[in-house]
Amino acid sequence: MRSMFSLIVNGERHKVDATPDTPLLWVLRDQLGMNAVKYGCGQGLCGACSVLLDGESVRACQLPVSEIGGRRIVTLTGMTDTIATHLKAAWIELDVPQCGYCQSGQLVSAQALLRRIPKPSDSDIDIAMSGNLCRCGTYQRIRAAIHLAAKRLGGGP
Amino acid sequence: MKRAGLMDRRSFLVVTAGTGAGLCLAVAEAKAGQSGGGEPAELAANAFVAIGVDGRVTVTVKHLEMGQGVATGLPVLVAEELEVDPASIRVEFAPADAKRYNNLFWGPSQGTGGSTATANSWEQLRKAGAAAREMLIEAAAQLLRVDRGALIAMNGSIVHMGSGRTLPYGELVATAALLTPPASPPLKPVSDFRLIGRNGVKRKDARDKIDGSARYGLDMRFPYMLTALVARAPVFGAKVVSYDRRAALAVPGVEAVVAISSGITVAANSTWAAMKGRDALKIQWAEPALRPSTDTIRGEWTALLGRTGMPARDEGDAEAALARGARRLSAVYEVPYLAHAPMEPLNCVVRLSPGKCEIWAGCQFQTHDQAMAAKAAGLSPEQVEINTLYAGGSFGRRANPASDYIVEAVEVAKAVNTPVRLMWTREDDIRGGYYRPMFLHGFEAALDEQGMPAAWRHRLVGQSILEGGPFAAMIKNGIDFVSVEGAANLPYAIANLKVELHSPKLPVPVLWWRSVGSSHTAFATECFLDEVAQAGGKDPLALRRILLAGQPRHLAVLELAAAKAGWDNPLPPGKGRGLAVHESFHSFVAQVVEISVGAKGEIKVDRVVCAVDCGIAVTPDVIRAQMEGGIAFGLSAALFGEITIRDGRAEQSNFHDYRCLRMDEMPKVEVHILPSEAPPTGVGEPGVPPVAPALCNAIFAATGKRIRKLPVGERV
Repeated sequence: MRSMFSLIVNGERHKVDATPDTPLLWVLRDQLGMNAVKYGCGQGLCGACSVLLDGESVRACQLPVSEIGGRRIVTLTGMTDTIATHLKAAWIELDVPQCGYCQSGQLVSAQALLRRIPKPSDSDIDIAMSGNLCRCGTYQRIRAAIHLAAKRLGGGP
Repeated sequence: MKRAGLMDRRSFLVVTAGTGAGLCLAVAEAKAGQSGGGEPAELAANAFVAIGVDGRVTVTVKHLEMGQGVATGLPVLVAEELEVDPASIRVEFAPADAKRYNNLFWGPSQGTGGSTATANSWEQLRKAGAAAREMLIEAAAQLLRVDRGALIAMNGSIVHMGSGRTLPYGELVATAALLTPPASPPLKPVSDFRLIGRNGVKRKDARDKIDGSARYGLDMRFPYMLTALVARAPVFGAKVVSYDRRAALAVPGVEAVVAISSGITVAANSTWAAMKGRDALKIQWAEPALRPSTDTIRGEWTALLGRTGMPARDEGDAEAALARGARRLSAVYEVPYLAHAPMEPLNCVVRLSPGKCEIWAGCQFQTHDQAMAAKAAGLSPEQVEINTLYAGGSFGRRANPASDYIVEAVEVAKAVNTPVRLMWTREDDIRGGYYRPMFLHGFEAALDEQGMPAAWRHRLVGQSILEGGPFAAMIKNGIDFVSVEGAANLPYAIANLKVELHSPKLPVPVLWWRSVGSSHTAFATECFLDEVAQAGGKDPLALRRILLAGQPRHLAVLELAAAKAGWDNPLPPGKGRGLAVHESFHSFVAQVVEISVGAKGEIKVDRVVCAVDCGIAVTPDVIRAQMEGGIAFGLSAALFGEITIRDGRAEQSNFHDYRCLRMDEMPKVEVHILPSEAPPTGVGEPGVPPVAPALCNAIFAATGKRIRKLPVGERV
């Protein structure tokens, strides 16, 4: 049965009316109109729906709305700090996107990575980013863009 | 709402409000737009180029942007002749129009595919830019009362060379709009290009795609819109006998359960409700008698390999040469069905109103989709408005002669009488057919005393993509050319050469998949040629050099890739290097793959060196990106990609059992572009074919093991 849930998304509180098992993905998309969060697989396998939950990259398709509680949700459009600014600039500078559909999730995971490890190695990138699929094969540029942003942020090699 | 421009979301909103001179979305509709006061508001030089009184240039892109970079490369063709900064150009996607936005290589039809976007636009868009430039020069000559020979176009202005007087394009629009566009404007010689072929042109869609504003079909929302999922036949060819809608209708949010031609649809006020509603549906299906399995298909097709097929190429006397060859070699190669699995699952938004059907989707066959939608809606094609959005990948899936997902959406919208967003789940996508066909390749070769191939017989067995569809007339003498492309035109000089085809029919729907026939013929031919080289005691590169002596473009990419990869430098044990060269869509690509093999046979692809000759490289960085992407796509398939059929059903369902390459599996890719003055050819697909054979040839070099069946799997 439907219930009311209070969510903090991109710093704003939203009240939503949903069945408790509704995945956060569909609440964000269908009820809050947040297009940057993408549906790709519904099984936590592709990372297109990645959002930050208290700073960690999680799969919104695997999180029932009833289990979010007071944790802060940040989507791509809510990422506005220095890390995000440098990541987005590096993405543009290296022309990372092709079809673009996975890139929001990629940037969310990259954001979580740089917050945790300011100077990531290639293997740190492999671990943090291997949950985000890209069928266009932009991985090499994503890797380079993360290194570039890290460098600009003062952490890079 | 109308077409979405790429560059300026705010102007998009302004335009939808029906104002915005110079940003008018009807630019392509009229020769000169009117702002209401009688002064022309813009110069609509032709179907592709419009210039506003503010000087802003809008380029209409007739092709689908699915990641391959048309929204960047096509405006460059205009900018080169129009003398403007490509970064300042606004891009719009064209409405469906087979006449104005015809794909010049197919026509009359608007569509994207076969790596034709740049090639068919090459002259058209340079002419479009040049025509606008000539009109602006003529307008400036009139205004300045000078000879037009003294005027040049430069950086968005017309400059009078004698006085240095400069008129920005915007100030010339009103005068130029009254002129007749020239039919044959002069085009720059290649030597004068300052944008085409240069680095530094940035992707025009990058910003939209990193700030979340890029619109895909699922992002469209309308009041009272329902989200619809279809329960389709679990077995290919099954039909609905009966269904019970009660449990589905009991799910809160489900508003309708309706039968359409492809199955039973659940339409709900949220995606989650639609998913739960569909899960609750009870459907009884009548399964067809013929329910194939991969194993039975393989058995039947192996028998066909022993029989003469339809001739696709026959030179010399292959049978006689095989009988008298000093050494004989044979092998069977196999590739599985493959799903396209674009990141954005198929979806389509439809809004019907009396006498009108509006569609929003990443349409790849706009005018065909328009006709199919019209048929489903009971309207004429002119009553169907196609709004082409960004596509989150396609790899051929959206170029479907059945327009399957578009027709489904129209059928549902008709049944529920409210706007509909039809969505395929990932499971629907992986299990839904329209696969790259499974193929068997049987080879026989004979070597002469010097170890050179004297005869080559190649028999292919696999379903025809063209058969039974609107392009069936392209099947000539029993040969669907897309089944044998890359095999029938084998470039190697072998005197006795025969290529034959069997095209058995099965109820599993098949479709073009990035690089189409070449996605499997390159694998089979380039691996078997390596076997021939090995049997004849020759280096794979050395043998290809001899056999490609008359094929300069193949040879040039091969030499470049081999040199850049350091082909002659030995690798340590546990590593291997393989190469392959292939022509597809009139472009030539060679790749050298380097791998490491772990103690338990785990394959790690370390590096791929790629050389490409695609004629004039319009936007080199987009070409590099397409090669990088083609290699990743090809490696996904070569290493992991496989749809198996059991009792008429696809056995895989999502990315856990239909594995795709991930970040940690991506090799280092180096792309080298050959300089060329030939007209540009395709790059969206040609990066794919060589990677599977180069990989498998590398595995042989490292392990001595021949891979004749894809996918390779996690280890060898």
